[in-house]
Amino acid sequence: MQITSHTFKANGVKALADVDLQRALGHVEKGFIEKRQMAVDALPEFDALRDRAVAIKTHVLKHLDLYLETYAKAVEAAGGTVHWAEDADHARRIVLDIARRRNAKTVTKGKTMISEEIGLNAFLEENGITPIETDLGEYIIQLRGEHPSHIIAPAVHVNRDQVEADFRRVHVDLAPDRDLTEPVLLLAEARQMLRQAYGKADIGITGANFLVAETGTSVIVTNEGNGDLTQLLGKCHVVLASIEKIVPTLEDLSQILRVLARSATGQEMSVYTTLSTGPRRSDDPDGPEEYHVVLLDNGRSNMLGTEFEEMLRCIRCGACMNHCPVYHAVGGHSYGWVYPGPMGAVLTPSLIGVDKAGHLPNASTFCGRCESVCPMKIPLPKLMRHWREKEFESHLQPRAQRWGLGVWAFFATRPRLYRLATSFVVPLLSRLAGSRRRFASLPLAEGWTQWRDLPAPEGRTFMQQWAETNGGEDLV
Amino acid sequence: MTASSRDAILSRVRHAIGGRVHDEARREVVAMRLAEAPAGVIPARGQRPRAELLELFCTMAGRASASVTRIAGYDGVPEAVAEWLRAANLPATLRLGADPRLAALDFSATALQLSHGASSGDDLNGLSHADGGIAETGTLMLLSGADNPTSLNFLPENHIVLVHADDVVGDMEALWPRLRARFGKGLMPRSVNFVTGPSRSADIEQTLLLGAHGPRALHVILIGD
Ligand code: SF4
Repeated sequence: MQITSHTFKANGVKALADVDLQRALGHVEKGFIEKRQMAVDALPEFDALRDRAVAIKTHVLKHLDLYLETYAKAVEAAGGTVHWAEDADHARRIVLDIARRRNAKTVTKGKTMISEEIGLNAFLEENGITPIETDLGEYIIQLRGEHPSHIIAPAVHVNRDQVEADFRRVHVDLAPDRDLTEPVLLLAEARQMLRQAYGKADIGITGANFLVAETGTSVIVTNEGNGDLTQLLGKCHVVLASIEKIVPTLEDLSQILRVLARSATGQEMSVYTTLSTGPRRSDDPDGPEEYHVVLLDNGRSNMLGTEFEEMLRCIRCGACMNHCPVYHAVGGHSYGWVYPGPMGAVLTPSLIGVDKAGHLPNASTFCGRCESVCPMKIPLPKLMRHWREKEFESHLQPRAQRWGLGVWAFFATRPRLYRLATSFVVPLLSRLAGSRRRFASLPLAEGWTQWRDLPAPEGRTFMQQWAETNGGEDLV
Repeated sequence: MTASSRDAILSRVRHAIGGRVHDEARREVVAMRLAEAPAGVIPARGQRPRAELLELFCTMAGRASASVTRIAGYDGVPEAVAEWLRAANLPATLRLGADPRLAALDFSATALQLSHGASSGDDLNGLSHADGGIAETGTLMLLSGADNPTSLNFLPENHIVLVHADDVVGDMEALWPRLRARFGKGLMPRSVNFVTGPSRSADIEQTLLLGAHGPRALHVILIGD
């Protein structure tokens, strides 16, 4: 997909003015936050499980090479094939090779963010193969020619009446006067359309929430059952997964599942948690004849051993974006690539380069809610700050901003000079502001004053006022 | 291509994390971790005496929008199945696999029309036998194999699942030693399906709707006490 992360600001401005989008975004807060809190409150061990989940992933990352070897061996022992993909292009070609060898015309797909990351659908279409998304949300956005705007609720930016219009536009074989006024009728129609697709597909592609090293198992967690039908009824099951999805054992899987479902949808447990190991056995009455896993690196190994390693603990639950005021305001598409919200702001620069994603780490109010709800305790604000520093170091920020920060840094590292300078400037600004006590414009601060007035300072600096309160003592 | 990519990825990973600990020592750590498979933090919720555990299993399955009937023994299964279908106003048909526990049931006293094997997609009602239940969340564990086709878990409109009280445990972790004992350490059937309630979707305006691509209704019959 075309990357538009570098125009994050412009994307955001457009999103703020989009009435339909703003209406749809209301569902994010309503739909996720309260449910998560209730599920968390109902499990006294939630925090202990979080710590456990963090410990498991940290352990895996420390020994990732060995766990990957163990995992791959177990997949092969169960009759499956592991394909190692260095980057997006490599992964796409692996899938195409499998499809060509099997003479595939159509592939059904369960929800997979890796497929979005490698731009698989467009590539398959270019090569004469039709991909059919089977997750309801993914199906809707495929019909609309869009990309997911949320990692677990891909069509969260779409309203019900838009879905109805899309179904009427695309499902032209159905009666034009059929009733689609209720969401449940839309769901039934999607179910009916997709039922025909599963069995006809030559290949079923799914993602993986986890890969279990002990058994060579891939795990998907879903509510609809489409991922299961995809991987069960296609003759060949292809799993797309990135290398950090590994957990050591089935017990470790069980531990992390508890924090995943609660953080993602506020469920105690998702409806379907499915563990797949190898192709169907000789006496199995159903299941795929072939089982392939495409293990994708695509920049992740370069994050290991750096300050961004912690991001590799992410289990893609979506809680950080569900709780992010910036995401609530501008939605997922503004982020301009596959991964939106706070996790995207950290991950995107790692995967596509800070030069292409430079503005994303600035998409934060640093309120800290993302970190506080992240089940894997990833310090997202800190990691965003790291990217800002890197962006600054590599001279990627606008000149005025660099100059301003440079001046500020000069004073900030010289406290006495700082105090002296501010004690001149602050009263000056105060007087310049006049009786309205606001600036409608101010040189070097257009970025702020273009949208709102800048309140004028009160006349004395914080430091001066702080000193007068006896170092804060008098305030208590 | 793939072999060299494997080496390239593994060596990048090793390079990034290596140097911290010597390889042999790390291998030992990993082997131990896999052999011991520590259970971790087990919520207190599922740790209770058997009678309460079974109660909890039923309550939690109910919260996940499954319906539950409890019966004393396998003798009662045909009538319980027929009764549920009748009450739900569903046709008296049933598709099931070759599980010996199902094959031993005598349906002759009911009017149910049985058919056998994997689901073709046209079946209204499917019957399966689970190999585990998790009280903590009201979850069923179904295993693929010659006996219980996986397609029966997903294609029929209505899914009826039997589970025996002896197979209901407090938490998911408690099921793994059982599976290892049955299939061997590190070995698994093609599919292990954990099912908690009927299928659903919230993809349209975050409104929860039951009956997405999988069954619209899930009925659990718990056998024994
Ligand atoms: S960063 Fe944390 S909260 Fe966000 S998706 Fe990943 S695991 Fe979930």
